[in-house]
Amino acid sequence: MSASRLPSQLRERRAKRQRVMITPEGVGLPLTIASRANRAGALMLDFMILFMTTLTITLVIVFVVSGSVVESNLEELPGSVEFLFVLWSLMWFFAWNGYFMFFEMGPRGATPGKRIVGVRVASRDGDRLTPEAVIARNLLRDIELFLPLVLILSAPTGEGGPAGWAAMVWFAVFLLFPFFNKDAMRAGDLIAGTWVVDAPKQKLVDVLSTEGAAVAGASTLTGAQYKFGDDELSVYGEYELQTLERVLRDGKAEAVSAVADTICRKIGWNPGSGDERAFLEAFYAQLRARLETDMRFGKRKADKFA
Amino acid sequence: MKVPTLAMFSKPSEMATAPSIEKAALRSDRFRLEREADWQRLDAILLKLEKGRLRKLPDEDVLALPALYRMAASSLSVARETSLDAATLTYLETLVQRAWFQVYGPRQGLFAWFRKFLGGQLSRSIQAIWLDICIALFVMVAGAITGWLLVAQDTEWYYRLVPGQFADTRVPGASREVLLESLKVEDSASGLSAFAAQLFTNNAGVSILAFALGFAFGIPSLMLLIHNMAVLGAMLWLYNSQGLTWEFAAWLSVHGTTELFAILLAGAAGMHIGRKMAFPGQRSIIAAAAESGQRAAQVMIGVVLMLVFAALLEAFPRQLAGTEARAIIGIFMLLFWMAYFFGFGRSKKGAAQ
Repeated sequence: MSASRLPSQLRERRAKRQRVMITPEGVGLPLTIASRANRAGALMLDFMILFMTTLTITLVIVFVVSGSVVESNLEELPGSVEFLFVLWSLMWFFAWNGYFMFFEMGPRGATPGKRIVGVRVASRDGDRLTPEAVIARNLLRDIELFLPLVLILSAPTGEGGPAGWAAMVWFAVFLLFPFFNKDAMRAGDLIAGTWVVDAPKQKLVDVLSTEGAAVAGASTLTGAQYKFGDDELSVYGEYELQTLERVLRDGKAEAVSAVADTICRKIGWNPGSGDERAFLEAFYAQLRARLETDMRFGKRKADKFA
Repeated sequence: MKVPTLAMFSKPSEMATAPSIEKAALRSDRFRLEREADWQRLDAILLKLEKGRLRKLPDEDVLALPALYRMAASSLSVARETSLDAATLTYLETLVQRAWFQVYGPRQGLFAWFRKFLGGQLSRSIQAIWLDICIALFVMVAGAITGWLLVAQDTEWYYRLVPGQFADTRVPGASREVLLESLKVEDSASGLSAFAAQLFTNNAGVSILAFALGFAFGIPSLMLLIHNMAVLGAMLWLYNSQGLTWEFAAWLSVHGTTELFAILLAGAAGMHIGRKMAFPGQRSIIAAAAESGQRAAQVMIGVVLMLVFAALLEAFPRQLAGTEARAIIGIFMLLFWMAYFFGFGRSKKGAAQ
């Protein structure tokens, strides 16, 4: 997703989450801190998966047990049922504690929920993500999530008295921890030296300048030549070029004709009709050629106001 | 700037399907078309790695990965200076980022890590937090003595300290027979493995809590330790008042040496983080927290493993063995843990230096 895809306000908010990680090769890699909303969504997905899985296993075990005994207490269980009970208690413990650790130690560094949302865990100092870090960040989940929620539900009932309220405020600090630092770290991230970053997947799309009118400036539909002069191309900058690129890649007919109209008005051409795409392709290729030539000489034009 | 290309790895058949380079009107697009095949190959290798199919990856792909990664990284830095094609730039950024995570990602599997962990890493982590262990030990002993003294002065304290589940028949004024009955040997093993599983999940949950609370500068961890040990001190007083100290100590020690040691370590690990954050030394608080957190996490895995042992000991030998056997098992386990934690890793560390 390119930054220019969003309105300027969203772009600014996004820029606040940009970090640059310098690889050992000296290339600055942009990383985007995952938004808190995305992480909350990933957490909910993970809990749904976890809950459905453990529930299914529990139901299967209950089904098996109900086949072998009708009623009993813990002291007089037959061996097979006792074994299933042991299995169930251990499954519960390892599912709730091990799920996040197992998946975050994998090559993707993300639980299924995080993968769906498109984020991953990474080490904050640019080192590799170690198993210790993954374990440390997941051991704190209880005091960050479950204790605060329990206390928030129980404190207003007045059962705990002032101590209950104090505990609620105290644990709310952990629950709200990600909102009090710019890297959106939760307490577990802090002690593990990790953060959660966007892990977008991008397909390599086609080259625009080998298609249609971009090549020679001639429309394949009408054969008309579109050549733009220096003064016509100097109107726009890089931001407008990338907006145009997006319009061409999306290929929506209304957007294409609207943009073609706007450009015609701006550079003083007479708008035609039916051949908007060829016009835009030619304009895009020539504008980009001009801006890239300037770029090679160290001259950059960020947008039309620059 | 000259960009290294990898002629020897490129596949001619793939190049033929791509749009012809001469046809591209722009220099930056020609740059892209010349290198596209290598990027796609890197992309395909990464996809396999991310799916965890390392075994299915042919050897030449594994060998090519670092070179392909460096080439993509240098393509990115060139493209940033010469190309205005936003789609290509974002593609390259995500590609290099994904490659970076794989090239500099964890090299060892969970199994290899675990072997190294048991083979000295755990012992070294525990030795590194010795000061916190001393503090936690002091606090626990102080807690037990406090519990004893409080109840010795006023038996009302017993009901305040000891939670209801322990104060069933074991209350001040109970006769020697009733108290001895609570320490009795079970005659069959039925139901005990379920008991062990429950004990384990409960104790592991408590110790994770003790650790997690240490994050708040260690103070809640200490309070948890004091409270638990005060309960123990109060119960010790109760059994002592009927002359059952030895029986109670043996009953407790069979699993208690392992379990109390594990709780001690959990509290110490939590306190270690708190102490390092309060006194970070030369580093920033965040760096100190991260370093101590990872060390404490290793201790916590050790704690969970110890609690598995403790639950098994609590369920079987404690319920089935007599007083002497209980005491011997308890002392043996204590010696075993001490030797493993404080004797084992040290020699390895000395050899490495």
